[in-house]
Amino acid sequence: MKRQLPLIIIFILGVFMVVQYHVPHESSEFFYEFVALDWPPIIGMFALTLGIISLVRVSINRVRQRQDNWQYSIFTLVALTVIMIAGFLPPFKGPEATSVRWMFDRMIIPVSATMFSLLAFFIASASYRAFRARSVLATILLVAAVIVMLRFFPLGPFGDPIAATAGWILNVPNLAAKRAIIIGVGLGIVSTALKVILGVERSYLGRD
Amino acid sequence: MNIFEKMFAFDRRWVYLMLGVAVVIAVKVPFTVPIRISKEARNIHLYLDTLKAGDAIHLAMDYDPSVMAELQPMTDAVLKQCFQRKVKVVVSALHQFGPALAARALDTAVSKHFELTGEKLVNGVDYVFLGYKPYPALIILGMGQNYRIPFPTDYYNVPLDSLPMMDRIRNYSDVKAVINISGTSATDWWISYGNGRYGIPLAIGVTGVMATDYYPYLQTNQIFGMLGGMVGAAEYETLVNTPGPAVESMKVQVVAHTIVIIFIIIGNIGYFATRRKQRQNIV
Repeated sequence: MKRQLPLIIIFILGVFMVVQYHVPHESSEFFYEFVALDWPPIIGMFALTLGIISLVRVSINRVRQRQDNWQYSIFTLVALTVIMIAGFLPPFKGPEATSVRWMFDRMIIPVSATMFSLLAFFIASASYRAFRARSVLATILLVAAVIVMLRFFPLGPFGDPIAATAGWILNVPNLAAKRAIIIGVGLGIVSTALKVILGVERSYLGRD
Repeated sequence: MNIFEKMFAFDRRWVYLMLGVAVVIAVKVPFTVPIRISKEARNIHLYLDTLKAGDAIHLAMDYDPSVMAELQPMTDAVLKQCFQRKVKVVVSALHQFGPALAARALDTAVSKHFELTGEKLVNGVDYVFLGYKPYPALIILGMGQNYRIPFPTDYYNVPLDSLPMMDRIRNYSDVKAVINISGTSATDWWISYGNGRYGIPLAIGVTGVMATDYYPYLQTNQIFGMLGGMVGAAEYETLVNTPGPAVESMKVQVVAHTIVIIFIIIGNIGYFATRRKQRQNIV
């Protein structure tokens, strides 16, 4: 029963969601609102609580046992505590509390932007090492990358032809490759979903 | 090690240093980069320009601070155009870091509109900010049924039913389009569910690295326009006659790309010279 009950629930809900998507009747919409829109946030709240408990336990253990980079776990715990307290303090404004907004504006925004900006340096270094004309395919990739990079350069009379070529690269070969990937992924999703709904794929249940 | 071997194997720290110096110089030196307007960007501008005063659109701001350099200028430009044309805007933010950015963008757009026109825009009358709820796919589907299902109240805890603007807005059939500015997979959900299931006209503004993924949807008209990365943001700022941070950042992008191209050329010269030498040695 321990394994059969989840399979039955998955089957019923999976079939329900497939049928519901194609039946725009009021009763179908009612069940959809009740099942699909109300339940996941409730389950998510419990998952969030479990996640926080797990994060705290892992971080405390890491600090206690002085594991690698244990100092970062102290920052994690302090940040978690401070932001939660700030959000819960009167007048209970949550994310709109002045202190939370202050931390968001002065800490999260600059740190996130900095982390993402560092990508530019890694991309520059990776381009230098990866874009080598080692073969015909590598040369095609190299030429396409340079043309796409040049598309907004002020290159006088060459600007428009290069922009048009870059547009062609994006709208024809890139589009064809992306479409093939999208269709392939779509078919993969459908087959995996069917395997889960029909109980063929059971690895998500664990071993015991 | 001769010069070609050095060109073949630059220490990456030199690449970092050169790029850093070039970016600083580009920021400090005043020059402009001419902006070419793409068809994808122009389509969005034309669509919003054809809306009548009192029409509504949905602006979905699904991004976090890491990508705001690329996406915030798009949001600012779209809000400016909508407010100038007296188009009402329903705003949602389906990323956990999104609401603070969206609230800030709305505050800025409202105050800039007041400075320009002397007209004070009112929350609940000219725009509505729904805020954030988790699970974007479900929220997008829910809003397609009725905005009040996932968002019984707005971001400021005011019931939607008490907001004058929401009197005649029940779901996507009451807004003219969704403009999704996103740095997340929420764009895929908007395409699959917003456009696919509910048929809402959809345009997107995405980061540069995401842009190539969405050309197939442009060709099939599942999205009617797209702003891709900083270039897209600069195009839209130009279209609404407000050159701002994106147009300014284009010079940094041009200089950074020039450095990257120079390093690619250097690397390839080094590669071919080294390879020729190795072949000669074998012979």
